[in-house]
Amino acid sequence: MLFLVNIIVAGLLAGLMYALVAIGFVLIYKASGVFNFAQGAMVLLSALTFVTLNEHGLPFWLCFIITVGVLIVASVLIEFLVLRPLVNRSPDTLFMATLGLSFVIEGLAQLVLGTDVHQLDLGIPDVPLKLYGLQVSDFDLFTAAVSILLVAVLALLFGKTRVGISLRAVADNTLAAQSIGIRLPHIWRIVWSVAGVVALIAGLLWGNRQGVQFSLSLVVLKAMPVLIIGGFSSIPGAIVGGLIVGATENLADIYIGPLVHGAVSDWFAYILATAFLLIRPNGLFGEKPIQRV
Amino acid sequence: MSQHGTDVLTLDNVESVYGESVLALQGVSLTVPRGSIVALLGANGAGKSTTLKAISNLLGVSRGRVIRGDISWAGKSILGLDPARVVRQGIVQVLEGRHCFAHLTVEENLASGGFLRRPGRRELRRDADRIYDWFPRLKQKRHTRAGLLSGGEQQMVAIGRALMAKPILMLLDEPSMGLAPMIVEEIFDIIQQLNRDEGVTFLLAEQNANLVLHYADHGFVLENGRVVTSGAAETLRQSQDFMAYYFGDGGQAAIPA
Repeated sequence: MLFLVNIIVAGLLAGLMYALVAIGFVLIYKASGVFNFAQGAMVLLSALTFVTLNEHGLPFWLCFIITVGVLIVASVLIEFLVLRPLVNRSPDTLFMATLGLSFVIEGLAQLVLGTDVHQLDLGIPDVPLKLYGLQVSDFDLFTAAVSILLVAVLALLFGKTRVGISLRAVADNTLAAQSIGIRLPHIWRIVWSVAGVVALIAGLLWGNRQGVQFSLSLVVLKAMPVLIIGGFSSIPGAIVGGLIVGATENLADIYIGPLVHGAVSDWFAYILATAFLLIRPNGLFGEKPIQRV
Repeated sequence: MSQHGTDVLTLDNVESVYGESVLALQGVSLTVPRGSIVALLGANGAGKSTTLKAISNLLGVSRGRVIRGDISWAGKSILGLDPARVVRQGIVQVLEGRHCFAHLTVEENLASGGFLRRPGRRELRRDADRIYDWFPRLKQKRHTRAGLLSGGEQQMVAIGRALMAKPILMLLDEPSMGLAPMIVEEIFDIIQQLNRDEGVTFLLAEQNANLVLHYADHGFVLENGRVVTSGAAETLRQSQDFMAYYFGDGGQAAIPA
């Protein structure tokens, strides 16, 4: 029994890491109806920038601030160079643009910052402790705390502030938002910046676990099933989706893996996501699709 | 300040297209004097909405654009101005079909209309309270999501949200669409009061000619993207031929008492 609980807990904790990546997608999807394929590249860019600065001897907090600055500059550039010329185009067009953008960001990041694998040590021990018989590390607890804090901050930002209300207004009805003078470029810059900060947080936690390298940008592939299950437009959905994917992946690995003589965790989430697409295409928490123009 | 007699908005021979080829407006010229209520009449597809969107520059969203002519506001061309800049100059459009933010509460909907002016928290609160004075039934529903309101209430939210921007000119597209006659009358009465007491100028696109000419000072009739008739509301109303020709007599029942 304890074994089972341990598997589930470990899965849930891994799931939170997926959720952190997925939240970045949700933010941009909500504000512009676009699946931003470049979010994975943003994770790579942010982690790579941070780790490079850190290796040059800058303290953590300064690395963080400078990286956030880099991400804001990147957001402004993306809005100006990619989104603005494509304004009023279909979401498909924008999706293709973000696909191209992901290659540009990955290429530039590696061109400037190199292709080496970097070790990133946030200084939080990732050694399992025995906590009432559960195998949980300090790092796991830290990840959980960061996720909860991030969701709380985002909820506050969206719920209470003027920027948040404008953002939800744009997500709800772009045309009406423009009719009352909300400037889409402004909103996009903000959303991309916030998604950038989320990418940085995800990048740091993932980087701490598996090193900072090109494969970080492939976390997109982990976020996909999470988003399909949780719903593309819901932050709580991203969290719940992440937890579901994490837990079932782990369970499948233990109980189904031996039957097929191999690891199933790489593809099991996709089976689950496909089932969701058939039964509940908007995901658990997704809003009914809003037609955007 | 002269309230009447000054033309604030002028459209001069405006032509517009959707996509590459569909000619929507074929030379629309009209003027809206400050402090007046002007009606834009015509059947479906005559170009009423396109005219309003050309002014607010929301045409781009439906891939339309003005290709000829000029639109000037207080003597200056506003053609091609960013929609947010148009709002900043005091022109706000209430879209056809209301377009409330369905997932936002009534209060948030109203507040969003005021953001552009960057008011303080207290000022925003006071402005919202003034909207509730105009539309008392919104006050009880201030924490309800707008998508759950009735059509009439949504129209009130849409107008209230636009009023939060403190417009000089409000462009109203089909405010009566799909609403019960009593609600329509209530809304038009409020429009009239806003015009009289607050000095808001209105350009109203309406299919229901009998109704709107009852409240308007002046009317322009559009057909196939052209102004075919214009005149004082009273004159248009009494010209039975025109009414019968363009609108049949189906609208008679909607004449407010």
